[in-house]
Amino acid sequence: MDQLLQHGLNALMLGGTYALLGIGLTLIFGIMRVVNFTHGELYAFGAYMMYMLVMLTGANFFVALVLAVALGVALGAALEFVLLRKLRGADIDTTMLVMIGAWIALQNAEQLAWTGVAQSIDSPFPSAPLVIGTVSVSWGRVFVFCVALALIAATYALINHTRLGKAMRATFQDRDTAALMGIQIGTINNATFALGSGLAAAAGALLGPVYVAYPTMGDLAALKAFAIVILGGLGSIAGATAGGFILALAEELGAGYISSGYRDAMGFVLIILILIFKPTGLFAQKERVG
Amino acid sequence: MNRTIWTSIGAGLVGAALLAGPAAAQGVIRIGVTQPLTGAFAASGNYVTQGAKIAEDQINAAGGVLGRKIQLVVEDNKSNPTEAVATAEKLIGKDKVPVMMGAWSSTLTLAVMPKLMEYGVPMLVETSSSGKITTSGNPWIFRISPTSEMEAKAFAAMAKKMGIKKADFLSTNNDFGLGAAKEFSEMLKGQGVQIGTMETMDPKATDFSAQLAKIKASGSDTLFVTTAVEQITLILKQAKEQQLKARIITTGGSNSPDQLIQQAGDAANGSFHLVFFTPWFPEAVKNPDLARKFVAEWNARKYPVGGLTEGFRGWDGINTIVAAIKAAGKAEPQAIQKALWNVKVKGINGDIAFIKQGPAGKESAQNVPSVYVVKIEKGKVARN
Repeated sequence: MDQLLQHGLNALMLGGTYALLGIGLTLIFGIMRVVNFTHGELYAFGAYMMYMLVMLTGANFFVALVLAVALGVALGAALEFVLLRKLRGADIDTTMLVMIGAWIALQNAEQLAWTGVAQSIDSPFPSAPLVIGTVSVSWGRVFVFCVALALIAATYALINHTRLGKAMRATFQDRDTAALMGIQIGTINNATFALGSGLAAAAGALLGPVYVAYPTMGDLAALKAFAIVILGGLGSIAGATAGGFILALAEELGAGYISSGYRDAMGFVLIILILIFKPTGLFAQKERVG
Repeated sequence: MNRTIWTSIGAGLVGAALLAGPAAAQGVIRIGVTQPLTGAFAASGNYVTQGAKIAEDQINAAGGVLGRKIQLVVEDNKSNPTEAVATAEKLIGKDKVPVMMGAWSSTLTLAVMPKLMEYGVPMLVETSSSGKITTSGNPWIFRISPTSEMEAKAFAAMAKKMGIKKADFLSTNNDFGLGAAKEFSEMLKGQGVQIGTMETMDPKATDFSAQLAKIKASGSDTLFVTTAVEQITLILKQAKEQQLKARIITTGGSNSPDQLIQQAGDAANGSFHLVFFTPWFPEAVKNPDLARKFVAEWNARKYPVGGLTEGFRGWDGINTIVAAIKAAGKAEPQAIQKALWNVKVKGINGDIAFIKQGPAGKESAQNVPSVYVVKIEKGKVARN
């Protein structure tokens, strides 16, 4: 029973950041129809920005967090402007290849800048864990969970209750009609990619201090993000949120009671099952492409 | 017009480079090195390469071998078995190296091995520990690092002293981790130690909360962890978060206690580590003068201090290869292979010499290295 409670608590903490990663990716795919292979690198970028700011310049942890996310947004906007703008209207395979190239380039740039040695980032939270009865969790993870939930709520509000969000939703539903109605598709794409990238950077900046920062950290994160997005249905924010928590729970329980060797495969087994019975994912609003 | 000019300038440059290449390399003995310089094992691969470069510089400063300088040709296998095979093809096919060193992880080394058979080129294995490498009947393999079995045997006396009653395992899901878990659990069973749960993790994973919750529930007194330093750091931190009481012992020697102290902080205190070089107390090793000299040179080059426990492998490897070239009297694959069997080299880990392992008639060569156990106490490495 204690073990089950601990697995449940672990899944909850993990699910928050999985959801954050998934939402960023699903937004970009839903609105721009871009399979974003740089998502994991934005995650690593967020962690490395925390490392730079906190460990090398001695900035306050919370100030650094805000700055790291802002820099992630800026990098996302720059990537869209330099790479994707010219490819608007190009077929999905071309864009995908360009994004794979950007992924490799970014990962190697990280290693060039910060070497392959993993870097740890100090956090202001006490090292003794929070103990609730027989289960325990670190304060750092509680903080990560709370901020992740706040960011998910903020993204939800942005999409559903602002003018920009309305324009994004219109673009998602029908890009050509939205353009005819006077929506600047270029601006929407830029904002979407920047927002999605900012969310990935936020996940990295939050988890960097919990784990360590290293150049290949984005690979597994990106793989999980893709799993979450497919699980929840491409382009669905509610789906990505639910998908994040479902994946975390599947991994925890799968590793705890079936086999830890297949922990990272559990999510994919789940995807296969869901795609067999509901090929558009759990919450899809629209048929998938590609 | 412009285009033609640039094309001919380009062609000219390429031509010049092609001519200059072999001319500059005349008389040089090339040694191929395949290491993971990028990807998941980048940190360790770079350290081994740095150690190898120190050996190269020292050997050349002392006049080289057979009156010729040596030159390392270093290729990045990107922590990827497919790439590792490609580096071997390139080193043997294009650079024509008569001997190689590599490929760090067991999975990478196993991937390269068929190429050694195909082309008949010996490879010195400096890090890998999977038993399969020297038992699969590949006569071109010369390993200086200990197998997991040797490590487990060396640790047996210590296990008794530590009073281990029940042990759990958490290993990375590859040839290295699974091999170590098998050998150590068999050794412990032989001593009457109860084996609890045997958990694995993806080599890229960063979150081990599920595995640790299960391990905590098993109630063992000791947890054996086999993986590289990045994952060990995270395991120590997360074990503390989950209030795991078991004592943690890491195997495999790619655990860099300095890096753990720096990155896991007080979560590293109380953990034990099997290492193959003890730069903190050079007097403990077999050839302390060599060890001191190596540590001094490493520090003079301002390499990270946490890399010493990997870097020495590269130094020992290149010195062993050069000793064989010297004994062979010529830089040819078959002559070097033959000479390697009889070398006696003073290395940083200890004295290096090879014994036979694997099926009769096509044995691989295995060194019997020294294994040391250290403990992290109050943020410092202590002798155990």
